[in-house]
Amino acid sequence: MLAKLMSYFLLGLVRLLTGSQARWHGCPPKAEQRIYFANHQSHADLIMIWAALPKELRSVTRPIAARDYWTQTPFKKWITTEVFNAIYVARDKVDDQDPLAPLYDALGNGDSIILFPEGTRGYADEPQSFKSGLYNLALKFPDVVLVPAWINNIQRVMPKGEVVPVPVLCSVTFGAPLQLGAGEDRRAFLDRARQAVIALRDV
Amino acid sequence: MNQFLIKLTATQQIGAMFVLVFGALVLASVAAFLLSLRERGDDAAAEAWRANLSRVDGVLRTSWVMVFVFWVGWLSGDATTLVLFALVSFFALREFMTLSPTRRGDHRSLILAFFIVLPIQYTLVGTKHFNLFTVFIPVYVFLAIPVVSALANDPARFLERNAKLQWGIMVCIYGMSHVPALLLLNFPQFQNKSAFLVFFLVLVVQTCMVVQYLASRKFKSAPAAPAISQSFGWRSWWTGVLAGSVLGGLLAGLTPFAPGQALALSFLACVAGSLGHLVMKALKRDRGIPNWGSSGVSVTGAGGLLDRVDALCFAAPIFFHSARWYFGL
Repeated sequence: MLAKLMSYFLLGLVRLLTGSQARWHGCPPKAEQRIYFANHQSHADLIMIWAALPKELRSVTRPIAARDYWTQTPFKKWITTEVFNAIYVARDKVDDQDPLAPLYDALGNGDSIILFPEGTRGYADEPQSFKSGLYNLALKFPDVVLVPAWINNIQRVMPKGEVVPVPVLCSVTFGAPLQLGAGEDRRAFLDRARQAVIALRDV
Repeated sequence: MNQFLIKLTATQQIGAMFVLVFGALVLASVAAFLLSLRERGDDAAAEAWRANLSRVDGVLRTSWVMVFVFWVGWLSGDATTLVLFALVSFFALREFMTLSPTRRGDHRSLILAFFIVLPIQYTLVGTKHFNLFTVFIPVYVFLAIPVVSALANDPARFLERNAKLQWGIMVCIYGMSHVPALLLLNFPQFQNKSAFLVFFLVLVVQTCMVVQYLASRKFKSAPAAPAISQSFGWRSWWTGVLAGSVLGGLLAGLTPFAPGQALALSFLACVAGSLGHLVMKALKRDRGIPNWGSSGVSVTGAGGLLDRVDALCFAAPIFFHSARWYFGL
């Protein structure tokens, strides 16, 4: 109940501040298992994609949260589990466990996920080079559809170090799905994925 | 008919006005719907005709929303009207700022503009501090914004960035806030009827803009400033301004003005509104965009609200102040 109210509040806030417009250019919003991967410039990226998705997809699409940061306080934990239904990932590698294991579990359960393959937030015009997580997931789950997305303008809403967001219109552009070619090289695939995200900037 | 209308109370008169306006909108919408049913074929003329019809559809939809907003505002009192106009200001400024590149150093100034200046300005209107409300932005905010920007320690394009922000605030907050301010003007023998004044201003300015647009398509005269606007020509401009003013003169009965005064004030509002629209076009050309955002096309997702209200933003302050000065309110 409380979580529902919170999600409506956050949705309203994001729409008021950014308009949170979704532009489906390469594929329609559809209830199939997907990995959305996008550029990462701000803390607000996650909530932007989440708000841009239609209601039906929002409940089955799970973002990824860093375990050490998002379980620090009860409130942070509550908002990531109850509102966003996030998947916790450990940032520091402990006892040889695959950091992607929680993602494998989620994808195995049939959930869709939101991924920022740069790993950290970038402040340049173009995204940094992608980390290999996306490749590993594509290799392990060949049936999951990989959808690139470009988040526009969000870094102006809340630049690094600021607390209060300002209203600026933003949009999320979803592109045509990508597929991992048979025997495609890891680096080549990651560069192709990055280019697919960048290409959405100008459509 | 006239005698009947005059005998009604102020509330009944305003109610009657809304019935008339809603009726006209229903008629127009039904006509547009019936026209859209007609089979036209697939040639170029039919394509153009359909494009025109969808444009008319857009105008009708905006009109419905605007009238509905006015109606809700009138039903629920001045406070709600103020909040509604404050929201329009907010969304217009959001569009304006989206298309004016800002830097990280502008963040605090933007917070100041959206979350402090805007509520204060509308509060000043609501509490009828008319003297402070006319100088608050040009005098006090004019200093506050660049101070906050300077403290952000970023000299790159400082004047340009601040000028843009200042302009956005002047047009979207200062100009817009003069529309609800009309509601609170106290004309002798015109109590409780100020809603007519807002309606009068909006109708006159919109008529001027629509007639000017139609005339520019009909006359096809040489544009006065082709680099800025292909459609702005002196002949169509005069036609639009005259049409708006004459309508204003005819509607004098709605206002506390004599017909001559209504004509003169409408003339002023039309000149200010149509020229203000031209100025906003120049700003858009500078940014290299055809309008403040046509939905579905632009990457910003702007809805084009500013395109619809910019004439009003320029007309309202001039209308407000000339009326206030002339009648010594």
